Amino acid sequence: MLIVETIRMSLNSIQANLFRALLTMLGIIIGVAAVITMVALGTGAQRAIDAQMAALGDDILSIQSSSRFSRGVTHDSQTLTTDDAKALAIEPVHLSDVVPEIGGRLQVKYGNKNFNLSVVGTTPNYPLVHGFKLAHGEFLSAAEEASRTRAVVLGSEIPEMMEVDAAALIGQTLQIRSISFEIIGIYESKGGSGWRNPDDDLYIPLSTSQFRVTGNEFVGTISARVSDSSTIPLAMLEIERVLRREHGILPGKDNDFSIMNRKQFAESRAEATQVFKYLLAGIAGVSLVVGGIGIMNIMLVTVTERTREIGVRKALGATRGNILLQFLVESTILCLLGGLLGLALGASVSALLAKYAGWQTVVTSSSAMIAFGFSAAVGMVFGIWPAKRAAALDPIEALRYD
Amino acid sequence: MASILLQSPVLKPRSVIRLEGLQRRYQMGAQFIDALHCVDLEIQKNEYVAIMGQSGSGKSTLMNIIGCLDHPTAGEYWLHDERVSRMNDKQLARTRNMAIGFVFQTFNLLPRMTAFANVEVPLIYSGLNRKERLGRTNIALETVGLKDRMQHRPSELSGGQRQRVAIARALVTNPSILLADEPTGNLDSATGLEIMGLFDKLHSLGNTLIVVTHEQHIADHAQRTVRLSDGDVIEDTRL
Repeated sequence: MLIVETIRMSLNSIQANLFRALLTMLGIIIGVAAVITMVALGTGAQRAIDAQMAALGDDILSIQSSSRFSRGVTHDSQTLTTDDAKALAIEPVHLSDVVPEIGGRLQVKYGNKNFNLSVVGTTPNYPLVHGFKLAHGEFLSAAEEASRTRAVVLGSEIPEMMEVDAAALIGQTLQIRSISFEIIGIYESKGGSGWRNPDDDLYIPLSTSQFRVTGNEFVGTISARVSDSSTIPLAMLEIERVLRREHGILPGKDNDFSIMNRKQFAESRAEATQVFKYLLAGIAGVSLVVGGIGIMNIMLVTVTERTREIGVRKALGATRGNILLQFLVESTILCLLGGLLGLALGASVSALLAKYAGWQTVVTSSSAMIAFGFSAAVGMVFGIWPAKRAAALDPIEALRYD
Repeated sequence: MASILLQSPVLKPRSVIRLEGLQRRYQMGAQFIDALHCVDLEIQKNEYVAIMGQSGSGKSTLMNIIGCLDHPTAGEYWLHDERVSRMNDKQLARTRNMAIGFVFQTFNLLPRMTAFANVEVPLIYSGLNRKERLGRTNIALETVGLKDRMQHRPSELSGGQRQRVAIARALVTNPSILLADEPTGNLDSATGLEIMGLFDKLHSLGNTLIVVTHEQHIADHAQRTVRLSDGDVIEDTRL
């Protein structure tokens, strides 16, 4: 019952100095908001990676040209060709699909609108391996690949970019590097994967790209799906063996390509994100402690200011414990209110970041609880010293204090 | 000899306060100063006592010790046959709460709280529930004639009204003694008279009153005057 009265008393005294209380709480508000936002960003990034892994599949290996080191010079060159892709696809043991692709940002013109977009030349099995679905029209076919047809399938966001209804685009033409292409299909949205958004890309047959647009036989990336995800190391060996043979690399010489295991890549990225998250939470935690010191400072001022009140209360029968509790409850309430406001602020900032910066943020209940609990603990820990000072005041001295 | 008999509560049933050889010594550097030298004093139930003396005579120190705010360095203080001089902090706080009602010269009301809330404070520390507090607070405010102003804050009240609130606060726990330190010192003479009238009324209702003052006309309201000088009782007269 006394605790109820004490809480009421503390709320009254906070209310009496509302503006000061707000300023006092500011440290905690910012601290908690920072914790919430940082953890929300970290969790969001992790979820994005998880989602990306799930969408891409962790059974796809990416092969890319790598810089070659010979005669003391690094050669940064394109080494992968369509022939490599074909070689990999001949009687593969551990691979099920091989998709070469070549991409680059090119000038795209539709009507009188100009864009600079990423154009991907690839084989008909690309949508299958990468999990694309059609929204309108049809996929690129083997016949189109064979005949180097000037046909294009659009990523889901392109129609919006061109300010045209998606369905109406089928059968229309657009220009890539001033070469006319017929729009034959539009993909469903696949979702951003962080550094590249496949929905913003245009997809044309690989052969068309090589012979009509870029004019050479090189490809940028070869994706290979592993037939069984438990045999990834064997699949990587297989790729290495085939490509070394194709490229005529002598034993003891370095590969002129690199194989990226997406699963491994995603895992290391997740790990980095985790470290980053803890780092951010740590920085935010420091700001909470600084906020706590602010609370302590103001509570010490409050105790001095209210010395006479403490004297009166002691004369009326308050024990040391009563006074201690009163000031401890007051600092804890300050911190809890600060925590609550900080929670609201952090959640809103996270929502705004998600809406306007396009970052995925996730406010988890556990981060809210931790931040809230931590702010209560800050209130108690940093409230103890001022409260002890108040409780230890001599009633006669306190009554005489002006 | 007689001291053994004196300590027996059975023989002195009506004594509220009994001070024996009370000393309060302060250390100022290497020097010792006795604010109270050797005070023997007994106050009975329903007595109205004025404690007088020059400033520095020790009357404030005596007041603090009687009010359980200070410990004597030597001697004994019995309050209702309880040995206050041996109490710890917690027991002293309890005694201040239950047995003593303070009225200060500067009122010492809590400025942010209403008159009602101010009067309620001691009852909160007594641990009474809301309903009991409400009843007792109302009665105390009624006794001092301030029931209609109980939702006002001290800043909205006159000096006399503030002192009435303070008196209600002192009365609310039904203490054994009301202890007033220069209760009219901050009031004009007409209002002071009003407050002294209230004290007379409280005395007639059966309360035990101790008023510290340096003004003779205030002391004249009391039945008994104890005069202090240099830490000793030099005069103790009853009307």
